[in-house]
Amino acid sequence: MDQLSVSDINLILDTADSLMEISSRDIKKVPTLRGKSIVNFFYEPSTRTKASFEMAAKRLSADTLSLSATDSSMVKGETLIDTARNLQAMNPDLIILRHSSSGAPHLLARYVDSGVINAGDGIHEHPTQALLDLFTMKKKKGRIKGLRVVIIGDIAHSRVARSNIIGLRKMGAEVTISGPPTMIPVDVESLGVKVILDPVKAVKNKDVIMLLRIQLERQGKVLFPSLREYAIFFGLNTQLIKGAKKDVIIMHPGPINRGVEITGDLADGPFSVILDQVSNGVAIRMALLYLLIGGGKGDNLD
Amino acid sequence: MITWIKEGELVDPRSETKKKLDIVIKKGKIESIIPPGKYNPSHDTDIKTIDVSGMIITPGLIDMHVHFREPGEEYKETIATGSHAAAAGGFTAVACMPNTRPINDSRSVTEFIVERARKANIVRVYPVAAISIGSRSEILTEFGDLKQAGAVAISDDGRPVTNSELMRRAIEYAWFFHLPVISHCQDLDLSNKGVMHEGTVSTKLGLSGIPAASEEIMVVREILLAKLTGYPVHIAHVSTEGSVEFIRQAKEQGIPVTAETAPHYFSLDHTAVIGFNTNAKMYPPLREPRDVEAIKRGLSDGVIDVIATDHAPHSELEKDIEFDKAAFGIIGLETALPLTLALVREGVMDLTSAIAKLSYNPASILSIKGGTLEEGKEADLTIIDPDNEYVMNKESFQSKSRNSPFIGRKMKGKAMLTMVGGRIVWDADQHNSER
Repeated sequence: MDQLSVSDINLILDTADSLMEISSRDIKKVPTLRGKSIVNFFYEPSTRTKASFEMAAKRLSADTLSLSATDSSMVKGETLIDTARNLQAMNPDLIILRHSSSGAPHLLARYVDSGVINAGDGIHEHPTQALLDLFTMKKKKGRIKGLRVVIIGDIAHSRVARSNIIGLRKMGAEVTISGPPTMIPVDVESLGVKVILDPVKAVKNKDVIMLLRIQLERQGKVLFPSLREYAIFFGLNTQLIKGAKKDVIIMHPGPINRGVEITGDLADGPFSVILDQVSNGVAIRMALLYLLIGGGKGDNLD
Repeated sequence: MITWIKEGELVDPRSETKKKLDIVIKKGKIESIIPPGKYNPSHDTDIKTIDVSGMIITPGLIDMHVHFREPGEEYKETIATGSHAAAAGGFTAVACMPNTRPINDSRSVTEFIVERARKANIVRVYPVAAISIGSRSEILTEFGDLKQAGAVAISDDGRPVTNSELMRRAIEYAWFFHLPVISHCQDLDLSNKGVMHEGTVSTKLGLSGIPAASEEIMVVREILLAKLTGYPVHIAHVSTEGSVEFIRQAKEQGIPVTAETAPHYFSLDHTAVIGFNTNAKMYPPLREPRDVEAIKRGLSDGVIDVIATDHAPHSELEKDIEFDKAAFGIIGLETALPLTLALVREGVMDLTSAIAKLSYNPASILSIKGGTLEEGKEADLTIIDPDNEYVMNKESFQSKSRNSPFIGRKMKGKAMLTMVGGRIVWDADQHNSER
């Protein structure tokens, strides 16, 4: 998201909007990317993002190849660069990379001619998630500028939070982050956000509440004592949400831990747009594929 | 044969000399230091005359913190290639850290290093032995035996002693043998899986941070142990403002502590990592601009005694990979001198004290020969052209590795000639004409 300009983001969102309609047709396929080949290289497990990219590519008639870490040579000790060079030799138009190391797509992009889309790198960025989140907010709220957004959870170890913060700030939204101090990165104010640790105060008058998936153990560090205690003090429940605006929307990149960062009834309730995010994800990824390789060889997206 | 080095400006920190003087070398030793024009050789002597007008003559530079990777990782650097890199950087002596494979925790490894250095026959290579067996912080190595084998100091560099009681005993026991104890200050638990300095850049890049406190906690521990025992400790590669201030206070209280920093800590800050540049990944990590300023202050007012490179060669296998998986460390022998001279031009310190930190001070801490230019002493010296401008490029390194964040940087100041025991081990002009 760091590399995208406001006009880039607007173009992607507008393109996604015009492609939305394809997914509701009887025959959900257009020939736009016929003859293009896309490698889905998922070095880290992923269900949603991987499926979403595949669906997007197929709806645009691109040929896709999916690789995961277990069936790539990386388990045999091959370096990322060597794997990249081998993929390059097969001349794909675009490589979509999910990797556990921050910066891995940048490394890959230096060694391949095809475009590279960052599908999540370590705890750095997850730009397509941020784009689909922006798209969802825009569709639900009619605008992004001036929206008051709170992100609750493990900000320090979340690429989703990082990309959303950058994207939202670029588009003129106000961003507050909230959670236990162990999950707030140092000097995070430098990203242009406000920190309100207590979620009770942080959700006040917000248009959007974005939750992050909580994992007890992250990066080998224990940041809080138990899921039970997290749910009590930082989990979103019907009591907590009362402070937010009446038309607040609840977002979550998934997969959700019911009863931890959000109660089940709220996840399924009227404020939740969690499944809209998933539908919108396909449109956003279609837009990106179209914009990046619809013309010629791909550019990079991070 | 006699070598007559004439017309240069001699800088000797010990005697605080800085003036035009000629040096006459005979049988590897400094025969005489005399004003220009005074030397009057008899006609029958075989004389090699080296005219160094416009250049500076200094004691041979000494780097008390290098990693030469031999034994064990010869594909990164050997004692011979490392020695060439040292000579090309103006260094006549280096102290190499024990984290080889196997670790230098025994007489046999120390002797092997001494023997390899003797065979390479380039610069003086002094082994630093481990404090604990396998650098595992459990059992002390045999300091006396290691000293007899050639070790000049002890350190568990890179795998710091976690057990404070063991560190206390090491400091006490080492005193009996007059072996300096060098501490790489890092609280391993607090560093955890950190890969760069914890601050705005790590937050932005999503890289795990190493807080400044991880270094400072151990700096304070070593200061307190030096105070407790009354025996000296040397702090390796200081990188933070806090460390500088704690060491300053300790020195003011008369606690026997000395300290070094490396050129990258006064030349770069954590923004060098942006773009996931693995050549900006080292331990301790590049810090913030305020830390860089504090390091300069520490150099300026003498809190930091020594500039050492922490020369840490790594191949593409360790560096051309994902940032978090890449090895820590950069090479430094061939960039230390110009980076230090840049500080002199900036007014941080004068030339004499800069040279002291690169020669006399490390020689004093390690109790090794050199570090001064005196009649009757070994002719270890470096001739520097302070005005020589060039761009550091990847091909110009003598080191076997190329992991430097300074590739592409404009440099000013170069070692033109390096001499060990009266023998020329580096001649930049000759090297250029051969290429």
